[in-house]
Amino acid sequence: MDDLHKYFGSDEVLKGISLQAHEGDVIVMMGASGSGKSTFLRCINMLETLTSGKIYVRGELIRMKQDHNGTIVPEDIKQVERIRTRLGMVFQQFNLWSHMTVLENIIEAPIHVLKIPKNEAIERAESLLHKVGIHDRKHYHPAHLSGGQQQRVAIARALAMEPDMLLFDEPTSALDPELVGEVLQVMQNLAEEGRTMIVVTHEIGFAQDVSSRVVFLHEGSIEEEGTPSEIFKNPSSDRFRQFISKKVEI
Amino acid sequence: MFDLHGYFPMILQGMILTIEVALLSLLIAIILGLIGALSKLSKSQIARSSANIYTTLIRGIPDLVLMTIIYYGGQIQLNNIGDYFGWDYIDISPFIAGTLTIGFIFGAYMTETFRGGILAVSKGEIEAAHAFGMNRWKVFVRITMPLMVRHSLPGFGNNWMVLSKSTALVSVIGLHDMVYNAGVAGGATRQPFTFYLVVAMLFLVITGVSDFGLRWANRRFSVGVRRA
Repeated sequence: MDDLHKYFGSDEVLKGISLQAHEGDVIVMMGASGSGKSTFLRCINMLETLTSGKIYVRGELIRMKQDHNGTIVPEDIKQVERIRTRLGMVFQQFNLWSHMTVLENIIEAPIHVLKIPKNEAIERAESLLHKVGIHDRKHYHPAHLSGGQQQRVAIARALAMEPDMLLFDEPTSALDPELVGEVLQVMQNLAEEGRTMIVVTHEIGFAQDVSSRVVFLHEGSIEEEGTPSEIFKNPSSDRFRQFISKKVEI
Repeated sequence: MFDLHGYFPMILQGMILTIEVALLSLLIAIILGLIGALSKLSKSQIARSSANIYTTLIRGIPDLVLMTIIYYGGQIQLNNIGDYFGWDYIDISPFIAGTLTIGFIFGAYMTETFRGGILAVSKGEIEAAHAFGMNRWKVFVRITMPLMVRHSLPGFGNNWMVLSKSTALVSVIGLHDMVYNAGVAGGATRQPFTFYLVVAMLFLVITGVSDFGLRWANRRFSVGVRRA
């Protein structure tokens, strides 16, 4: 059971958001830029720290404390590091390590963080590369791949940690339009496998077809939330209605 | 071509010493440079200020002046301290003094080079490393450092070239490097021009070989970078 609560106090970017993800959930977070959706996602694995509120991963509370300046910081960085290994992150700008080949990128954290034997890590990486359809490029460096290919490698890199949950931060926003499809296809396959995912995206089609729940953020608060069939057919908020109608026109 | 009156072996011995001083001070400079760069980028105010004082002072004073201050002044200070604790007289060898001074000077230049290199590493790649559960040390060794090396190499090569030539300064404090030996040979044979010309060519050999090595390193660390 994957259980994640999260609330924020009177933070300016995020004004009290609670969200719970269950195992197998595919939660799509939408909202205009500046609505706080990326910040929210980045708080889950502590890339950004929250001002108040609590995060539980699999029922375990991430302990926070105040440092001498009064800033809220993780009490135990080891705990944060351990929890981060359970959360696979995929970034908008891919953020592949440019000095490593595709294969090296994927085996890096399993070997040096999870301490998996090298041959086992390579075996796992090879099968993941087949899965995301990029096996023939395994000895290339990221700079020699297209954006879509890089993002598929980044997804394989996240999967190699065998995480409990995948976090996608606008995974297709930096891609040329013709490359978006290949990445969404991989993500859809993952959803069908029953992986728990939180996806920040502007792709309405993905939200409608793949997600189990859609959360629409506006200025740091949840404006609309529900299953895609509910909220796309019967949006209760005007802002969400406007948001999707603009997208559909484009 | 040149009649060196049998002094060539002495010059070559000096060259070996020059190379020794250069490589050892390079090592010191790299270590100081890494510490300096990390201090400058650290959150701690004390670390930042100390590193700033270090680089400002060192880079603002001529190498020759620093070298003499550290060699003579350091000697006196050390023995003042020694007297206090009742130690015997300590004699700093010119080799140690020279190497330490050059390492100390170029540590300041390396600090700036490495700092620039670290700042040039993409934030996203470092963030990704944290997101995969690496601790700060792992992030530095596995991600930041290899990427920093790529960005630092041009400046590093420059520093090394200047450093290897700065070794000529150790002749001032009486170390028998190739410049000192050339002076001796030139004086004895009354042909200083000949011997300094030989030294000039030997320095060119050192920097030429280095240039070759640096090109290789540049290729090695630019793997996976699209050439613009």
